[in-house]
Amino acid sequence: MNIRNQSTTIMAPESEVLYKMQAKDLSFFYNGSQALHTIHLAFLPRQVVALIGPSGCGKSTFLRCLNRMNDLIPNTRATGELLLDGRNIYSPQVDVVNLRSRIGMVFQKPNPFPKSIFENVAYGLRVKGIKDKGRIVERVEKTLQQAALWEEVKDRLHDSALGLSGGQQQRLCIARALAVEPEVLLMDEPCSALDPIATQKIEELIHELKDQYTIIIVTHNMQQAARVSAMTAFFYMGRLIEVEETDTLFTRPRLKQTEDYITGRFG
Amino acid sequence: MNLNRRWIEKGMQWGLFLTAFASISVLVMIAFFLFTEGLPIFKKVSLKAFLFGQYWYPTADPTDFGIFPLIVASLAVTLLSALIAVPLGVMTAIYLAEVASFRVREIVKPVVEMLAALPSVVIGFFGMVVMAPLLQNTFELATGLNLFNAALMLAFMAVPTICSISEDAIYSVPNNLREASLALGATHWETIIRVVLPASISGISTAVILGMSRSIGETMVVLMVAGGSAMVPAALFDPVRPMPASIAAEMAEAPFRGDHYHALFATGMVLFGFTLLFNIIADIIANKYRQVGEATL
Repeated sequence: MNIRNQSTTIMAPESEVLYKMQAKDLSFFYNGSQALHTIHLAFLPRQVVALIGPSGCGKSTFLRCLNRMNDLIPNTRATGELLLDGRNIYSPQVDVVNLRSRIGMVFQKPNPFPKSIFENVAYGLRVKGIKDKGRIVERVEKTLQQAALWEEVKDRLHDSALGLSGGQQQRLCIARALAVEPEVLLMDEPCSALDPIATQKIEELIHELKDQYTIIIVTHNMQQAARVSAMTAFFYMGRLIEVEETDTLFTRPRLKQTEDYITGRFG
Repeated sequence: MNLNRRWIEKGMQWGLFLTAFASISVLVMIAFFLFTEGLPIFKKVSLKAFLFGQYWYPTADPTDFGIFPLIVASLAVTLLSALIAVPLGVMTAIYLAEVASFRVREIVKPVVEMLAALPSVVIGFFGMVVMAPLLQNTFELATGLNLFNAALMLAFMAVPTICSISEDAIYSVPNNLREASLALGATHWETIIRVVLPASISGISTAVILGMSRSIGETMVVLMVAGGSAMVPAALFDPVRPMPASIAAEMAEAPFRGDHYHALFATGMVLFGFTLLFNIIADIIANKYRQVGEATL
């Protein structure tokens, strides 16, 4: 199956509001040691951007800045700006809970709640305060279909989610994130714990979802980045080294460091 | 050399087996002793009359061996202490595991656990000398030594057990579940109520039941502060005589191998039955709602 990118959207630098999200001068510190150095990176709506780089390069830290997940770690600090629809999400007026319901996240290891399949997907709706049973049922079915899991689980919605295979669990986690209708979907190495077939399913799913969501995916797998993303950003030692259309970055990288990494000379 | 090693292996296996067997055989021997000394009372009174008899007059003439008031007293004291200790212990555990900073947790948790180090006789003293007059004066009671006082003192003793085991259970809920919940736009509080507590319910239940089984078997506190009246309590401030208090108070004066003596041992059997039941329930709950994810308790 050919799931390479046909449509390549070019970043339009003229208007800022056009970007779904944009990091400006973003730096991040753990206990005073700097993990991200003045990152400038922008994301167009409904486009998949892959973040690649060796372990410890800051790509996951950057991803977790985008929904302020890093707030949970004590003694951390972010400087600079991170805009969502032109508004800085690090400004003090921002309601983090509301922000996180606009920016969904899928984690490295599938982490379904020890609840039923149905309740996993319904969780976000319930915490949003939706009580209407019919609406919840409808939304759960729709999101499970969107996550290409419906056919496999429709007869056992009330069984524990922990009985699913790893790949199914990860698709369930994607469904769970989609249920609250986020605008941006962050994925932190979503396939690193999965086998190749499950990985392929998730990648197909990303292709389906990119028409509706802005997707930012961290991956260690460069083939995966090449397969699913329109843009690729290469991080190294806490700095953004190069960001380019995926095809260009993997065929004609501008910088030597990028070339060394993508050709496997280090990393 | 090879042969030598095999002997050491065999010796190890047998040594460990015997050690394990020793503790089990002690349990069996004690149970056996309890039953041989307790069962003869049922030649005098029926099991039904013993368990549900309303009157405990072991030294009167004619004697009455009904331990119903003692059973009710034990259960009332235990349940009431659980009502006090469970919210206190579990909420402290939630605070320590989910809210408190690392440094606060490192200081407070050992302090709470130190409560368990207080000898029960000291807690009994406190109940007698401080709490009893306080209750008596505040509520204008005939005596401050009563069901409520005993339950309160037992609650103090159960809190460290409940808190410490619950805290371990809550703390060991994998962090990725908390992150998943927060990333979906749940607040910290919603995450605790909807994800963390359900995921740690088996550990918390175990903690509660172990705390209660400690309360029901506790002797010194109830002997000192429960009031000692062998009547079915009708009110919160009635003096009561739980089973362990009755055994401890009367064993010294009961004639060896007399009816009273046998009746006290039979009371011990009933008490043993209750603690056994609590432990079995704790075990079933721990197995049924096994903690899932990376961490199990």
